Amino acid sequence: MASNHDHTVGHEETAHHEGMTKGKIWRVFFYLLALTALEFFIALVLVHGGYVEKGLAVNITYIMLTLLKAYYIVAYFMHLKFETFGLIMSISVVFLFIIYFIALMLMEGTYLNTHYNPFPFWTTP
Amino acid sequence: MSTTVTQLDKVKTGRWNGGRSPFNVEYGKIMMWFFLTSDAFTFSAFLIYYGTQRFAHFAWPDPDKVFQSIPLIADHGFPLVFVGIMTFILIMSSVTMVLAVEAGHRNSKKEVVGWMIATIIGGLMFVGCQAMEWTHLHHQGFWWGSIPHQDGVSPEVTLAPYFTHGISEVSALQFSNLFFTITGFHGFHVSVGILLNIIILFMTLANTFERRGTYLMVEKVGLYWHFVDLVWVFVFTFFYLV
Repeated sequence: MASNHDHTVGHEETAHHEGMTKGKIWRVFFYLLALTALEFFIALVLVHGGYVEKGLAVNITYIMLTLLKAYYIVAYFMHLKFETFGLIMSISVVFLFIIYFIALMLMEGTYLNTHYNPFPFWTTP
Repeated sequence: MSTTVTQLDKVKTGRWNGGRSPFNVEYGKIMMWFFLTSDAFTFSAFLIYYGTQRFAHFAWPDPDKVFQSIPLIADHGFPLVFVGIMTFILIMSSVTMVLAVEAGHRNSKKEVVGWMIATIIGGLMFVGCQAMEWTHLHHQGFWWGSIPHQDGVSPEVTLAPYFTHGISEVSALQFSNLFFTITGFHGFHVSVGILLNIIILFMTLANTFERRGTYLMVEKVGLYWHFVDLVWVFVFTFFYLV
């Protein structure tokens, strides 16, 4: 029993201090740079060049890339990936409320768009 | 006396059975995490409100047409370039911050000082860029509660350069208000971050952490700094790309 206990503690400590070496930091940096460059490629070359129409598909791609960037920053730069399961859960699970809030408010916005839009409005010349 | 231990007397060694730190993280760091979570909720609320307004209007300003300048170089014709530079600066300063934290783990005072200075310079550059962007938009007529306006000219004509599908005065005003509020709130966070970084730099120079035996403070301020970078990633997507 005692040896088992010591083992878990020791394991935890190494797990806590393991993580970001200089090489790994620069690797994450290049991932972030590549993702940002991809976003710019889509925006400047594909959308501005007229190859794709700005719309739902493009926006979903942007949001996926953004979430991936957010994952790399939180998991590696903020070191959350190497923390205990309990801490990861207590910080991430609450964002379910934000997802719900997004769904709620965007539906509300869509409703207002079709039911209450009495403002001066001109079509593009 | 029996030497066998009954099930009840057995000492539990689980993470949550007491006698140890279940999160295995120092108190101040946990509190920093919880503060950042609540701050993330504030920023989410701002950005979700932006989305709601955008969904609620027939027309919305086209960010490609609003953000076209590179201050001091070109007045228009370069969508996204300047904000790209700003994004790069902020990611870069996030990297120098992790490098400072990494140097702190090795108790290398000299390296911590170097990387902290680099981080502070990155932060100042970002805030400087934001100031230039704000100045440019302000000159065009955008501000809290105001949009470009010419006497005797219909708003339809004045606002035409900023819209692609339809023109609306009200959405231009909403866009302007939300842009200055959200980037302003983010810029305020960056400024506070710079201040914290400067304090940490001086504490490092004064050997405070050397005497304490740990550079944990650098980690805590680092968490805040990465969070500021994280928020920018979202602001960048929802204001400039989508």
